[in-house]
Amino acid sequence: MNAVNIPQIVNLQQLIMFIFGVLKSELFFKIIIFPGIFTILITVSELIWLERKYLAKMQLRVGPQYAGRIAGILQPVADFIKLLFKETIIPEKADKIFFQIVPIILVTVAATTLTVIPLSETDVISNLGVGLLFTFAILAMFPILALLAGWASNSKYPFIGGIRALFQQISYEVPLWFSALGVVILAGSLNFVDIVRAQETFWFILLLPLGALIFLVAMTAELERIPFDLPEAETEIVSGWIAEYSGMNYALIMLSLYIKLYFASAMFTALFLGGWLGPSILPPAFWFLTKTFIVALVLMTIRGVLPRVRLADLIKIGWERLLILSLVNIILAIVVKLVLLGVY
Amino acid sequence: MSSIKFSVGPQHSGIGHFRMKITLQGDTIIEAEPDPGFVHRGAEKISETREYLQNVPMIERQCLADVSSVTLAYAMAIEELADVEVPPRAQFIRIIMCELSRIMSHLYWLSIMGIFLGHSTMFMWSFGNRDIFIDLAERITGSRVSYTYIIPGGVRYDLPDGIKDRTMETLDYFQGRLKEHDAIFLSNPIFKRRTKGVGVLNRADAIRMGVTGPTLRASGVRGDIRKDEPYSSYDKLDFEIPIFTEGDSYARALVRFKEMEISSSIIRKAFENLPEGDFKVKVRKKVPEGEAFSRVEAARGELACYIISDGSAKPYRLKMSTPSFRNLPGFSLLKDSMLGDMPTIYMSLDYWPPDADR
Repeated sequence: MNAVNIPQIVNLQQLIMFIFGVLKSELFFKIIIFPGIFTILITVSELIWLERKYLAKMQLRVGPQYAGRIAGILQPVADFIKLLFKETIIPEKADKIFFQIVPIILVTVAATTLTVIPLSETDVISNLGVGLLFTFAILAMFPILALLAGWASNSKYPFIGGIRALFQQISYEVPLWFSALGVVILAGSLNFVDIVRAQETFWFILLLPLGALIFLVAMTAELERIPFDLPEAETEIVSGWIAEYSGMNYALIMLSLYIKLYFASAMFTALFLGGWLGPSILPPAFWFLTKTFIVALVLMTIRGVLPRVRLADLIKIGWERLLILSLVNIILAIVVKLVLLGVY
Repeated sequence: MSSIKFSVGPQHSGIGHFRMKITLQGDTIIEAEPDPGFVHRGAEKISETREYLQNVPMIERQCLADVSSVTLAYAMAIEELADVEVPPRAQFIRIIMCELSRIMSHLYWLSIMGIFLGHSTMFMWSFGNRDIFIDLAERITGSRVSYTYIIPGGVRYDLPDGIKDRTMETLDYFQGRLKEHDAIFLSNPIFKRRTKGVGVLNRADAIRMGVTGPTLRASGVRGDIRKDEPYSSYDKLDFEIPIFTEGDSYARALVRFKEMEISSSIIRKAFENLPEGDFKVKVRKKVPEGEAFSRVEAARGELACYIISDGSAKPYRLKMSTPSFRNLPGFSLLKDSMLGDMPTIYMSLDYWPPDADR
């Protein structure tokens, strides 16, 4: 591990030396520059731009055009700056502390999930032994935060949105876990680096196509994206749990949603598409990000071609189809593992 | 079990100028009370202060998606009062404009339906297609949306040169696109899942509530003024009207979808049979004393117009019965449905608040 040794600080000189030591350390570079906050912000803003441009192309529109000269590539930045200067309105009856704290927690938590995702063998902030478990533990926080936002807004639409987020969570968390469990069985590890290394001969999407499909569907529900964007269904419940947020708080929530999109695509890449593996002409991180963007494009295509499902159908799909299929997937994974080990 | 009461609109995304007070228990709507009237402008009263011709641009604004049918009903009532025979060419031009209006209105509906179901591509594509018809209307009438083209006595201008070829090109393109729309939107499994069996209005209820237009025809009732009481030379053209018996939101969607195709074929036939001659006859400023009633099949259903004249240049009383208002009882379908079905049922009735409020 690259942890900084905390020395006994006696005087000012030593304190300054310590701070310089932190700034120079590898961990600091990883957290701030690559693959940490800076890279995440760049990637996410490009994802937002890509989604807008790609959806525009699908819908016979032009999309962002002016900001940043080249095809409006700086549009997310411009939007962010605009929201920065907008008035933050807090509803009179809202619980002010929780109402304001939720967007900050959301962004923090969303970014935390990315610490265990390896962009290459070395480009990982925390090479955690139970990385997959950690990500799922963090993911389980999101609907609680959505409910908290809905409850703190003290308004009817956000409250319904929060409740819907909880419903969605219990329907999709279990299949999501089970589909990822197939990968764990094949790789024999919960560590993302080990999981990617285990795919050197075969990408797991080839061995477990069913698992990959379930993971993608369940992840779409987890991300609250169309066709599973029920907690934010704008024509039914305005914007769901986001309805009362404005200005900077809204920008933070949107940022957290797109960080989640990046994280979901990155997780799919690491679990099923062989992570950084690729021809060694280009650096491994390039392959990882390319695959991540391709997965994100698939999620965007789904958004472009499907309408929203109903709440009852969503729960039905989750419990009646995906859960059973994910159990089948585990059995398939065991069979594949036995074949690979040469038992049969 | 406690219930939540909230109002949908008048500042709700998607549902404009209209409010529903909804009581929700769990995810079930136990009470839905429509509250129209937010865009009431008193068009009937205003019309008494203006001359007959001046009223045309005012009343066509009650339903901007479907302007031709409104003005046609009004013009027909005045022609009946003034005892004027409209020249055959004007009648055919009126048919062309009304069917163009119907296609535009249904495309508008399809796009808003897309937004209501969370399908933004459906919204953009349908609106894009509507634009080519707006361009066509601009070529014919000079205006894009509210063109005040149908006036008492005929139409304002004759068709421009080369409009037949232009219309045929537009329709060829549009009918090709309709097939894509069918494949991508109406045959989409999630679209079917969300609309089939949702908001079922059976035949008896449809008649009892007095709903009109596609909503009525989707419930298996053969009610279409163009066939029942042919006006403006509709009897000279051969066309069919789509009837479905399921009565659910999907049937209503299919009726509108089929009507777009049939309207295209009506326009083609009208151009083929277009007679030569005058496009307008003079209607005097003051119409004789009396009363007149006319009804047309607008895009949303039956639109009736009743005028009492006292012999002056202004109507003594103008009464309009608009399809959206007549479809308002359909909102009782919301009762006992899920909150997620509310947008579907609302939009499947194709309710247009300014049309209902006038």
